[in-house]
Amino acid sequence: MASPEIIDESGDKYKYGFVTEIESETAPKGLNPDIIRLISAKKGEPEWLLERRLKAFEFWQTMTEPTWAKLCYDKIDYQDLYYYSAPKQKAAPKSLDEVDKQLLETYDKLGIPLKEQEALAGVVAVDAVFDSVSVATTYRAKLAEKGVIFCSISEAVREHPDLVKKYLGSVVPYTDNFFACLNSAVFTDGSFVYIPKGVRCPMELSTYFRINAKNTGQFERTLIVAEEGSYVSYLEGCTAPQRDENQLHAAIVEIVVLDNAEVKYSTVQNWYPGDKDGKGGVYNFVTKRAACRGVNSKVSWTQVETGSAVTWKYPSCVLQGDNSVGEFYSVALTNNRQQADTGTKMIHIGKNTVSKIISKGISAGFSNQTYRGLVRVAPSAANARNYSQCDSLLIGSKCGSHTVPYIENRNKTALLEHEATTSKISDEQLFYCRSRGIAEEDAVSLIVSGFCKEVMQQLPMEFAIEAAKLINISLEGSVG
Amino acid sequence: MNTPLLEIEDLHAKVAGKEIIKGFNLVINEGEVHAIMGPNGAGKSTLSYLLSGKPGYEITSGTVKFRGRDLMALPAEDRAREGVFLIMQYPVEIPGVPVTSFLKHAVNAVRKYHGEPELDTMEFIKMVREEGRKLGIDAEMLKRPVNVGFSGGEKKRLETLQMAVLKPQLAILDEADSGLDIDALKVVADGVNSLRDGKRSLLVITHYQRLLNYIVPDFVHVFADGHIVKSGGKNLALELEEKGYAEFVKEK
Repeated sequence: MASPEIIDESGDKYKYGFVTEIESETAPKGLNPDIIRLISAKKGEPEWLLERRLKAFEFWQTMTEPTWAKLCYDKIDYQDLYYYSAPKQKAAPKSLDEVDKQLLETYDKLGIPLKEQEALAGVVAVDAVFDSVSVATTYRAKLAEKGVIFCSISEAVREHPDLVKKYLGSVVPYTDNFFACLNSAVFTDGSFVYIPKGVRCPMELSTYFRINAKNTGQFERTLIVAEEGSYVSYLEGCTAPQRDENQLHAAIVEIVVLDNAEVKYSTVQNWYPGDKDGKGGVYNFVTKRAACRGVNSKVSWTQVETGSAVTWKYPSCVLQGDNSVGEFYSVALTNNRQQADTGTKMIHIGKNTVSKIISKGISAGFSNQTYRGLVRVAPSAANARNYSQCDSLLIGSKCGSHTVPYIENRNKTALLEHEATTSKISDEQLFYCRSRGIAEEDAVSLIVSGFCKEVMQQLPMEFAIEAAKLINISLEGSVG
Repeated sequence: MNTPLLEIEDLHAKVAGKEIIKGFNLVINEGEVHAIMGPNGAGKSTLSYLLSGKPGYEITSGTVKFRGRDLMALPAEDRAREGVFLIMQYPVEIPGVPVTSFLKHAVNAVRKYHGEPELDTMEFIKMVREEGRKLGIDAEMLKRPVNVGFSGGEKKRLETLQMAVLKPQLAILDEADSGLDIDALKVVADGVNSLRDGKRSLLVITHYQRLLNYIVPDFVHVFADGHIVKSGGKNLALELEEKGYAEFVKEK
């Protein structure tokens, strides 16, 4: 069957022959200006974007991969990767019988309906299940009524070039860091969201299409612009585990928040973490940053990170506008041989800016986890406030947890608070639960759910329930 | 008439390589209340942990049967599901987990074990509030995380509430009166007494006689040096209160 493999974030099938192209054409491995020209041409991009890509590539060649994170992984050979249309020719399974049993068990535990399971496992095309075209149509009509733009980044480049040109790269310039620079040169997928002045987006964006994240690109690029007085809640990711052939992921998310606007960005990240011995798994190097440019603007990052073999991710807030607010709520869970170096940056520039960091790290198995966070108060940020709370929970005695807070204060009127704890699930707690009839594994998930409650409460309801289940599944086998 | 609930025969047990329980014998029949009294360090708490299945206790010989089954072969959670409940001396805190969700997990785990349908949230909340009211536990306390910031009295009330909703066949009270003022003591005792229905049994482990004014035992045993050295009726407790444990503690 002709399976339309590529579906963009808006739920629409690519109608422009892209699908057949990607199945028949694969650019050779390696990265050079010709590959970048090819990517740009395939996407029908304007000259200015190609120039930006080439400029980024030129700069990237002068950069070196950062080594400051507490991460240990095999050296990445950037010339040994596909940057355009990684091959997808692997035969799709004919029925669920041919799909990895463990994967199916996990789907069951997450409560994913059979039809959806088939789509996730690649047995049937996503649109065969969801009829996403019609869903998308009603959805889009509703958004269009309010003037909200929600489409793929490629479509935005074509349909809304002025907006993209104005804001793309304005929060994360290509010079920012090694991985962001790489992304700026080769990004192929991602979403664009624009909320006009005074509009409260009538729905949680992307909820309906989370399943389509299946084909989310390796170098994803997301741009969200919230005009004055607007509000949007954006959900990214999928709780269902994703087998992915691409080992390297380097995404960028940029958010621009203007006067009195608010953006809530929630992520559930469950990329393939590798097997028990740490073989395989995704390397996830992400740059996420929000610029609170307007007065009284607010941005809130909430993330539940359970996947990937290696995570390098610091969603940040640049609080430029007076009275602007940045929040970071994070649950990171590592098991087996996973490694995560994650945290946030809160950059206070405007007066009376407020930031809050709640980070909950759970390490199990042989995993290693680091919270790394920066709170910087510029001389201009009179009366800035920050509250940071970083809690780590260890399960077992073979895992590691580290907290590295950086605090740079250049304004005497700022008030900064930092609290950190490290604890273990104690034998006493486990026995207490068991003596009430609760099995050990359930006791662990109960204790863990209590530990990350503050963060989970920030997630939209439906997402929160799935994320809680996901955490339980990710913890399996961590006791005993 | 006399159906044995718990039968302990010649039990020997070690903790960290040291023998603490040495030839302990006890039979508790259905409906009976037994008190075990003894000097500090006699192994009273060890006994309660052994019965409820805390890891780290090694049985070297002897048997413990609960309703005819080998209790020691069961993991801690199954002992609880079979109907053994321990009111702990020092209940632990579980941050972030509200009392109601903790209790719901416990109750439904027990129900599942017995093949009964699990209670939904509405049914459960109604039941817990009802039981809570009897023990002077308000709805606000049920929302708080388990034992976090609880006073000594509140902790014991919560232990009693857990017992009330789990309805065990055998409740073991390990120094349930420690740290309690007289009002809290009465609440706990009332809660425990209300469970008594002629079938359920109690094992009250205590250093002081005080609690036994409120939970009146059928039998009192003096526990010293790892086993029972003397048994009697409720008056034995009063005798001990007067004379102390000196005559039972061997010179070493």
